[in-house]
Amino acid sequence: MTGAGPVLVLREVRYRYPRGVVAVDGITLDVVAGDVVGIAGANGAGKSTLARLLNGLLRPLAGTVTVGGLDTRRHEVHELARTVGLVFQDPRAQLFARTVVEELSFGPRNLGLPDPEVRERVARVVARLRLEDVLAVSPFELPAPRRRLVALASVLAMEPRVLVLDEPTTGQDHHATAAVAGIVRDLRADGMTVVCISHDMRLLAAVSDRIVVMAAGRIVAVGAPRTVFADAGTLGAAGILAPQVTRLGLALPQRHGRPAVLGVEELVGELAAARSSGEGSP
Amino acid sequence: MAVIPGRDAGQARTGDPTGPVLVVRDLRVRYPSAQTDALAGISFDLHPGELVGLVGLNGAGKSTLSRCLNGIVPQLVPADVAGSVTVDGADALRTPVRRMAAKVGIVFDEPGAQLSQGTVGEEVALGLESMAVPYAEMVARVDDILVRIGLDGMQDRPPLSLSGGEQQRLALACALVVRPAVLVLDEPTCGLDARSRATVFDLLAEVAARDGTAIVVVEHDVELLAERADRILVLHEGRLVAVGSPAEVFGDVSAMRGAGVRVPDVTAVAAALGGRAGGSLPVTFDDAIRWLAEAG
Repeated sequence: MTGAGPVLVLREVRYRYPRGVVAVDGITLDVVAGDVVGIAGANGAGKSTLARLLNGLLRPLAGTVTVGGLDTRRHEVHELARTVGLVFQDPRAQLFARTVVEELSFGPRNLGLPDPEVRERVARVVARLRLEDVLAVSPFELPAPRRRLVALASVLAMEPRVLVLDEPTTGQDHHATAAVAGIVRDLRADGMTVVCISHDMRLLAAVSDRIVVMAAGRIVAVGAPRTVFADAGTLGAAGILAPQVTRLGLALPQRHGRPAVLGVEELVGELAAARSSGEGSP
Repeated sequence: MAVIPGRDAGQARTGDPTGPVLVVRDLRVRYPSAQTDALAGISFDLHPGELVGLVGLNGAGKSTLSRCLNGIVPQLVPADVAGSVTVDGADALRTPVRRMAAKVGIVFDEPGAQLSQGTVGEEVALGLESMAVPYAEMVARVDDILVRIGLDGMQDRPPLSLSGGEQQRLALACALVVRPAVLVLDEPTCGLDARSRATVFDLLAEVAARDGTAIVVVEHDVELLAERADRILVLHEGRLVAVGSPAEVFGDVSAMRGAGVRVPDVTAVAAALGGRAGGSLPVTFDDAIRWLAEAG
């Protein structure tokens, strides 16, 4: 299936953990192929549950989740894995092999691919994420940022159409976070659909075509980052904060009525242009 | 075992009547088989009631430094160590870690790794039990800290049944209930949303002010540190490359770039607009609004 139709279709999806709270409470959402969708929300808003509903680890108790045309209630996780790959928040939850190359080969081999194809896929993902120097190393001996890259690579090696990232930059420094943003942009340029769950609003501002804000298991805002981040009231009620530069841009009287900015360079460019044209000076 | 008296509000050490509570001098650490020093000669003081942010790239030495402050390195994690770490007069590198634990509380970035008891209440009480705190006082202190940290009503839950954010707060409660002179937190807001991050810092500020606890926080959220920290320490390749107020440290944009540390967005905007002759750059949101109003 190709084209720009929705690759993920959620209709009135509801999930409640056994003996637990309703974590996802009536979510309807289409994710268009090739889009990067950021999912924001406070702890407990239902983001990670949503991620597990997208790849069939959890099945909706009501409503439907359709991935690449497959209803997750009617297909096994390994069938869905060809379409949706989920990278967990803690890479150790998914890594197990003795070496990085074994880790990366496991997924494609499990899909029943012949050895030459497995090797090609591993080579492609190794080149993309620059893992050449650690192939014989145990994933558990790597520093945390590279261990995360191995976890990502092990999912990418299955070449899913949709990649779901659960908090890909938690605990990462500035350089590693920028690297993750670069990888998401590259994947998007190659036509991959990415769902990125994060508390890092700077990351979501930098990579997302659309942002979905969740609160108490529901979607409370959805739209372009500029639109969503301009709505301080809804964000505040959902317990999240737009990037500092976005809030600064919205608070400046000389920018009153202008759209939200998403990055430092954007605001600097605008303010510098206003200065040089004399606008904004007393 | 000695009973460590709790410090109540009346005894709080505010200001600096007694000098530094923690003194680090020329601290050098090298792990076995490592080619370079994890810490290459670190010196600083920490004063009662201070909230200090520790920043730097992954691998800069932040976690090693944190683990030296209560002796985990080199006592439990072997390493060649030179120099000294003194907390409330005790030599942290040689005093047994279980005794240092009464002086230096530490919360790791993976709270689940330090939770071991059957219930939340037992988990929080554990540190007090090992200090032989009388039962009635123990119950009162456990209840008090659970309320302050927003986990009241969860006393009977198994710790590992809590959400990640709740486990983080529970690990913090376990450290705080002991009322240590120094509290070290390794990325306490990791994985928390903006509101929860602010709540953690509200609590830390309250603990610093009320109990006089000196607090070191390893944190990547530089905007939050600029608003909340009294001082910032910047580590780069095992060396302390900058120490000062958030304005002094984050305002030196080129030095931060050299250390791989991001500066707050508002500081980056002001720096890119050319700064201000002879003036410092804003590092907090409100300062930036004023700065931009003045700069035109």
